[in-house]
Amino acid sequence: MKQIKTLNQANLKESAVKGGCGECQASCQSACKTSCTVANQKCEHADK
Amino acid sequence: MIHKYTLNGYRIVLDTNSGAVHIFDEAPYEMLDYLEDSVPDEPPVALKEALADRWDQATFDEAYEELKELYRQGLLFSEDGYERFSDMMVKSPVKAMCLNVAHDCNLRCEYCFAAKGDFGCGRKLMPLEVGKKAIDFLIEHSAGRRNLEMDFFGGEPLMNWEVVKELVLYAREQEKLHDKNFRFTITTNGLLLTDDKIDFINKEMSNCVLSLDGRKEVNDRLRVRVDGTGCYDQIVPKYQKLVAQRGDKDYYARGTFTRYNLDFTKDVLHMADLGFDQVSVEPVVSDEKLDYSIKEQDLPRVFQEYETLANSILQRRKEGKGFNFFHFMIDLNQGPCAIKRLRGCGCGNEYVAVTPEGDIYPCHQFVGDEQWKMGSVLDGSFNLPMKERFAKANVYSKTDCKNCWAKFYCSGGCNANNWQYEGDILHSHGISCELEKKRLECAIMIQAAQAEME
Repeated sequence: MKQIKTLNQANLKESAVKGGCGECQASCQSACKTSCTVANQKCEHADK
Repeated sequence: MIHKYTLNGYRIVLDTNSGAVHIFDEAPYEMLDYLEDSVPDEPPVALKEALADRWDQATFDEAYEELKELYRQGLLFSEDGYERFSDMMVKSPVKAMCLNVAHDCNLRCEYCFAAKGDFGCGRKLMPLEVGKKAIDFLIEHSAGRRNLEMDFFGGEPLMNWEVVKELVLYAREQEKLHDKNFRFTITTNGLLLTDDKIDFINKEMSNCVLSLDGRKEVNDRLRVRVDGTGCYDQIVPKYQKLVAQRGDKDYYARGTFTRYNLDFTKDVLHMADLGFDQVSVEPVVSDEKLDYSIKEQDLPRVFQEYETLANSILQRRKEGKGFNFFHFMIDLNQGPCAIKRLRGCGCGNEYVAVTPEGDIYPCHQFVGDEQWKMGSVLDGSFNLPMKERFAKANVYSKTDCKNCWAKFYCSGGCNANNWQYEGDILHSHGISCELEKKRLECAIMIQAAQAEME
């Protein structure tokens, strides 16, 4: 494409297929724990 | 749903439901104003009438074809198909615990959410036996979940250091017996750090949060000891020592900005200049009536400051002096799955807090508010209907979130702040939402700028 550049290859829809194992870190949303953004977390699915 | 915005000369388009992020030229960007939730085969009449003369035919046709291609690939106006997963983690095990080992503190920070250390419940330290029961409770309720988290918190957890050490050793024994992997973190104000404690923290704690508000005059205005004196001079050398010896383990030098330092970029850069390459400085969340609180009328100023900060970070990276600012970190490719993103922290469901008395609360922010007490690690009681209530708090049950472009990045925000300031865990705290959205815009812009640099 010439007029549009896509920054990322990931697709959330694909992540839902194998998702929900829950092994990733809890991501407290309160400011005092420094974790307000879920999107900076790593996926820790064992066989992703 | 899409979100389009311009920042630093970039025309950025986020497709909410696929997570795709695009940088647009002017023609396709303007065309989006005439498209609602799809890209039809032929440009809508209104689009043609408004824009056909803006560019030559080839540019117009090319732009529209590219929009159609994104739409065909499911990367523009993609559908929200995740609500069917929203009950998926309702029966989740408990995997994380905030252990309030000290309801006491040697600082009296003006803005402390924990009523200056005691959560309004009197100054107490957690006995070792209560801590062990909390670890047993976590293991018992974690079912098949292997990775368990425990955050030593307070008040100031170093005020109960011997118990912290004993509990780590106890958990290390228990994890072998139960095939678990404990990850410890500690959040400290630094005053009581010693060489021995630094060694232990660096060996055992997978993350470490070091409280510091930035410049000396900023830090010492609100982070004061009982006698009113500031703590900057005492804590900074200790933090520097801890970080120098920490290797590649995670840590954050973490501060709070208030209405008193809306020029907080200077505080972030000051912390980076002190040698901390992992920095987090966050807005105070407090009653709007308080003098230091961030008020709605401050938002334009704070937004401007976040842009200043984003540009400063990019500049430092160009100069080879880069550092991480926690709230601008975003992984557009390998982040958590969509299901995780439906409910964020998991407080009251996957994550609980335990007080020195052994009482269980949905998280540390609810501690002290009796109506939210969920049970006790001493007698094993655990309010499962309340757990389910929190499990069902997700971006679809929160009406403000359902139609928000940022919902898969904040995942519904902080339930405790929602309760404290909006009166309902399902009603989003407005100012926090606005700040989060601005941070996301900046974080994505940084990704765009970095892609260009590469």
